[in-house]
Amino acid sequence: MACCRVDRTGRHPGGPGGSEPEKEDKSGVSTIDDVKPIPVTIGGVRGGPAVRTLRRDPWWKSPAFTFVVLTLFVAYTVWAVFQNADYFVGLSQHRDLISPLYSPCIVGSCVPGSHGSFLVLHWWMLTPALIGLSGPGLFRSTCYYYRKAYYRSFWQSPPGCAVADGHKRYTGESRFPLILQNIHRYAWYVAIAWNVILTIDAIMAYRLPGDGGIGVSVGSLVLTANAAALWMYSLSCHACRHVTGGHVNEFSKAPIRHRLWKVVSKLNAIHMQFAWISLFVVVIADAYVRMVAAGWFTDPKLF
Amino acid sequence: MADVTMRVWRGDSAGGDFADYTMPAVEGEVVLDVLHRIQAGPAPDLACRWNCKAGKCGSCSAEINGMPRLMCMTRMDELPTEEPVVVAPMKTFPIVRDLVTDVSFNYVMARQLPPLKPKAPEADGTYRMQQVDVERGQEFRKCIECFLCQDVCHVIRDHEENKPNYAGPRLFIRYMELESHPLDTNDRRELLRQRMGIGLCNITKCCTEVCPEHIKITDNAIIPLKERVVDGSYDPIAWLGRKIMRRTKRSAAEVAQDAPAFTAPTSEDRLERQTVPVAVGAAVGAGNPAAASAGPGAGPSEPAGGTGPTAAGDPFGTDAGA
Repeated sequence: MACCRVDRTGRHPGGPGGSEPEKEDKSGVSTIDDVKPIPVTIGGVRGGPAVRTLRRDPWWKSPAFTFVVLTLFVAYTVWAVFQNADYFVGLSQHRDLISPLYSPCIVGSCVPGSHGSFLVLHWWMLTPALIGLSGPGLFRSTCYYYRKAYYRSFWQSPPGCAVADGHKRYTGESRFPLILQNIHRYAWYVAIAWNVILTIDAIMAYRLPGDGGIGVSVGSLVLTANAAALWMYSLSCHACRHVTGGHVNEFSKAPIRHRLWKVVSKLNAIHMQFAWISLFVVVIADAYVRMVAAGWFTDPKLF
Repeated sequence: MADVTMRVWRGDSAGGDFADYTMPAVEGEVVLDVLHRIQAGPAPDLACRWNCKAGKCGSCSAEINGMPRLMCMTRMDELPTEEPVVVAPMKTFPIVRDLVTDVSFNYVMARQLPPLKPKAPEADGTYRMQQVDVERGQEFRKCIECFLCQDVCHVIRDHEENKPNYAGPRLFIRYMELESHPLDTNDRRELLRQRMGIGLCNITKCCTEVCPEHIKITDNAIIPLKERVVDGSYDPIAWLGRKIMRRTKRSAAEVAQDAPAFTAPTSEDRLERQTVPVAVGAAVGAGNPAAASAGPGAGPSEPAGGTGPTAAGDPFGTDAGA
């Protein structure tokens, strides 16, 4: 009689409150093959009215806000990507500023001076931003926070807690194409590489050729803020948390990874904030470089 | 004070509807208090589960103005009273009557959860764990099994056909607790991937939002489990590292080779053998109340068939197979 089998301490083996080894289990291991599926009764009558939700609070505000902001971001980004101009402020204005959307500029279509010594894809004549956005785009689109954001606001699955999602069938992230979300940690590796490049861009922005050599301008501060925001966003990532220490079961035997995990865990608690901040900062950085490059104003030198 | 109107779902599997009960408002009350006054007055046959009235037993789960919450932890003065306060049963589970639902689905999924399989004890026959090794799992022990997270999860709330293949947030924290246990040797990742629906979760965090114990279910359990499943099934570098470094959990075949280790006594067993007289265990086993006075190790006496450790500690009660 399985329901009444208890060990000597009164706890039920295998239950949520008890976890005792099965004495009669000679194999000593439970794998998926050992777990016998137990039929689940479905189709019972549910209580409550057949309505989409009983919530009366403005639950729709948050997904609506996310929908509007992400749509505006995507619209701006698409526009900026296909401008294919005004993304680099070079020697003619005594600066070295490149838009984060167009970095690294390693293709044949890059304007002179923007690619440094990294010109790789000579044959690529489309907009360089397609390369520049590939890594960060992959990282953001598979990010655990943004997944929540767009599943709720765009896919309506669900639009809010205790609000019916409206889709007849649901397979989550268990089937193609959403099973590809599992590549997020590789997207994180790529994002780290991008961060290094954007950090180099920020450092190079302190070069003011023909304007005193090395100094600080508003543009250099903007690109520095951009790199810093992206580092914080990347280092607070859930995949980072797992890779740095989350995979460890015995922290006492891995003190360095435990320390790293604790730091990343603290950052991870505000991953959402970093996600939004870095999104806005990227747009601001691109817009600033774009305006300076277009000649709307010159990049002020601070000191 | 003004009156408050409670709109409570009344019905069973044959159908039902909301019924309005207008009661005088009393300062400091929670929703459950008002329901008790309704039971004591206009509707003595109103059915609802409750026990501790302190947010620790997980019995009084319901949907208040559409949000899954504990009735005993929802103050009336935080709800708008210009409209009736709507109290409905949890939607994800079949109704029994009024606000009582059949939550046996959760116990069925719990029974399929492979328990802890500790590795070989140390040379002196005991196990030792550091605090840093176990504190991650201690957050999950706060779970009171109110099943609000299971209720709000759209994977089964809106798509009941997923129930046979979805453990749900409550069980995912249990999986994470065991998967990250420093002594455990079981590998539940394939089970999670293939049959317990870790891939069905799309991390929209409603479970975290409704948890009355404020357990970070998504960030601290589900996403780490997803990452561990990636380690096991989707990450070629992790696979290579496993082959070269042999640092992660062993394969089922490798663990099986050490099977005798799992029949070794635990430290708890050894302690119990040393301190509890044999006669006590025999007497309790026979349901003899006199055993209560047999020694300091024995708990309060329980009549045969009562709510002693066997029944109270058994999460798979008579409704487990329903």
